[in-house]
Parts: sequence; C-alpha cells; structure tokens
Amino acid sequence: MSEKNHPIKKVSIICSKGTIEDVYAALVMGNGAVMEGIEANLFFTFFGLEAVMRKRMDKLHTGVIGNPAMRLPGGARMPTWLGVIPGMEAMVSSMMKKEMDKLDVPPISEFIELFVAGGGNLYACKLAADMFKVKKEDLSEHVKGIITVGEFYELAGGEDSHIIFT
Amino acid sequence: MAQKTYSGVTVDVSEEGYFTNPAQWTKEIAMEIAKEERIVMTDKHFEMLDYLRNRFNSGEQLTIRGINKSGIVDVKTFYQMFPGAPLKKATKIAGIPKPTSCV
Repeated sequence: MSEKNHPIKKVSIICSKGTIEDVYAALVMGNGAVMEGIEANLFFTFFGLEAVMRKRMDKLHTGVIGNPAMRLPGGARMPTWLGVIPGMEAMVSSMMKKEMDKLDVPPISEFIELFVAGGGNLYACKLAADMFKVKKEDLSEHVKGIITVGEFYELAGGEDSHIIFT
Repeated sequence: MAQKTYSGVTVDVSEEGYFTNPAQWTKEIAMEIAKEERIVMTDKHFEMLDYLRNRFNSGEQLTIRGINKSGIVDVKTFYQMFPGAPLKKATKIAGIPKPTSCV
C-alpha cells in the first residue's frame, strides 16, 4: 500500500519543553498537519506550558548551556563557558527569533493563531498546570482545556491517528 | 514530464499534477482544475490565485503567514475556500508548482 493511498488522519503532538526550538518544532509539525488536511491536537505539558501562557509565549529563550550543537556565527562550536556570560542567552534567543522571522516563521502567539484558524486544537496538561500553579486565565484563549493524560488519549484515538512526542 | 489536457489545451504538469510552466495557465483551466478538486470558484478565489501567482512570479516563498497578511482573506476563510490541504489545492488551481515552504 502506498503512502498516498493511506494518509495519516490525525496527529496528537506533545510538547514538554519550553525552549524556542522545542516549541517551534511542535508548532511546525502541528501547523504542517492542518495544512495537509490532517486533524491536529497539540498538548503542552511541563515546561512546554510556557508556550501557551499569554504573558510568556513570545518571550521564550533558547538554552545556551549543555547544547553541544550550539554554534557561533561562523560555524565554530560554542564553548560551554561562553554561555554563562550574562546576556548570552538573551542574545542567542533574539538571533534565533530574527532568523525564524526571515523564513516567515511567525512569533509563537501568531503561529498559534494560524494553527487554530486552520482547525488545530490546543490543550494544556492538568498535572503540569497543578504543579506550576498555572490557571486557565494564565493561558491563551485558544487553549481548549486543561486535560488529564486519560483525556489526551481519548482525543488521540481513531484510525490512522498518531502520537508524536517532540 | 507528465502532461494534462484542460479545456482542450495540453499543459505540462508534475507527477502530482502541479503546473511546471505557469505561463500555460488560464482562468478557464483554473475552473476545470477547481472542478476536479470539487471547489466552487468565486471572485475571492480568483483574487487569491492572482496573489499566489504574483508571489510565485516574484520568487517569494508561499507561506500560510503570507496568506494571512495578503489582505484578501483571513486564514480561517482560506481554509474554508480550499478545504482539505488549502495551500496545496490553491497552488494547483493557480497553475504554479507545489509550495516548498514548511510553514
């Protein structure tokens, strides 16, 4: 059976980290799905919750320590000690955002709006919300609900449905 | 390269049916492709096709963010106008190659 005759019908994507790149990975996968006519659920848990918090979503950072793939402009590997310099993380994060913008990748809040306009669904994890004392009003109005893992699996059900953990 | 005939005109298309030579496109052809895709065309649809063709001709990437900023329709309406895979369907009807952007 070829891929074209047996397309994916639904994806449920879990985002558990709150760095720029982790959140974009989940949003690109989710938005890409709705653009292909695939039903998409995005589930934010643990630090991923930052991506759906009104006041924080557009202020995410990229971690500069403990990332051996981090390169300096020019291509040399970024030494770990450089990451501890105050302001380094903010600078790297702002560079990342600028590069994304050049590729017409929208800021998180706008990306979420595009995803939802395409029919995508957003959910926050109950356990993580309880743990971080996050309430419904702290979240984007596009978040459909704060749900349990059991409810997540119910939503993820169906034929040709896939779960992706980013 | 594959070919397809619309309204009596033979055009060059990719394996997936996207135009490889946008100059061969006409509005009559667009109507026929739209019929294949089960889309009823309106003036707004044609306005969107013009936007996509202009963007493509000026060498720009087609993105969903671009559609939102086009001023023609918002993204929600765009999804309703070309249900299923909106940007792919719209570019197919607009007679331009398949979009290559991930956003």
